[in-house]
Amino acid sequence: MASIEVNGKSYEIDEEGYLVNLGEWNEEIGAYLAQTENVTMTEQHWEVVNFLRDYYNEFQIAPAVRVLTKAIGKKLGADKGNSQYLYELFPYGPAKQACKIAGLPKPTGCV
Amino acid sequence: MLHIVNKSPFERNSLDTLLDTSPGGAILLIEDGVYAATKGNAFEPKLKAAMDKFKVYALQGDLEARGIADRVTDGVAMVDYGGFVDLVANNKTNQSWL
Amino acid sequence: MSTIKKFMFVNRKAPYGTIYALESLEVVLIAAAFDQDCSMAFLDDGVYQLKKGHQTKGIEVKGFEKTFGALEDYDVEKLYVDQESLAARGLTAEDLCVPVEVMSRAELGKLMDEQDVVLSF
Repeated sequence: MASIEVNGKSYEIDEEGYLVNLGEWNEEIGAYLAQTENVTMTEQHWEVVNFLRDYYNEFQIAPAVRVLTKAIGKKLGADKGNSQYLYELFPYGPAKQACKIAGLPKPTGCV
Repeated sequence: MLHIVNKSPFERNSLDTLLDTSPGGAILLIEDGVYAATKGNAFEPKLKAAMDKFKVYALQGDLEARGIADRVTDGVAMVDYGGFVDLVANNKTNQSWL
Repeated sequence: MSTIKKFMFVNRKAPYGTIYALESLEVVLIAAAFDQDCSMAFLDDGVYQLKKGHQTKGIEVKGFEKTFGALEDYDVEKLYVDQESLAARGLTAEDLCVPVEVMSRAELGKLMDEQDVVLSF
């Protein structure tokens, strides 16, 4: 299995670059995975990533993009709960990219 | 003999047939088999009636996973994996009912 | 936009002993993510899936009780439970982890008949 090295420690990733053991995640790993996705992390990016991690902790799944959009709107306001805002932050798919950076598995319902 | 049952009594008749055939011994309920040992279920009377011939055990981890560790039938003893090993070691023979 | 179909997922297996329950839940979420009109029916040992208080640490398996709570976000709000199956297992609606509609087997059967697609797990 492939692995990445962050701060001298090695972490397993799957064939699509998702972290295998989500318990290992920390912000340095998040920042590293963001780099591999060509995403420059800002406060707004972290807000979405942290939202996803909270969602996963609560429901044990990474939500599909439509669900993510709706849930973010509910929690962070309508200006953030729309796909335009989320795609600007994560151009290759908010659920897919943000989940990867958050150390979560690929969203359920994502093919 | 130790009888190991891993299927729900509502889905398979393993436990039913075991109770009808065996003269007695120990029964260890694991996996979905633990559902037989919950208060108020339709199979409970049959299990209770068998308790004078059988000592009944249920695996704690499987009860907890299914959210039923707090409603185990009276007289059923909870065991952990160590207890599982002891039961196998202390019985001359064992049978896993599939 | 493609047409929306009425999907019902029929769950008759206990959780964790087999993979069916988890697979069903995942397929429901996928179908719902594609905007299908999804409902879930629980009967026989399937009602055990909804029993609250799963603690799966001891068997080293990922628990999925919490995921039932996400169904609402996916607009899956039609959860039907067979009264007879609950009673045979010493359970009531209060023992379940999410709000459901408890009904008779005949009513459940009627709902199955009204679906475009029924998937059985």
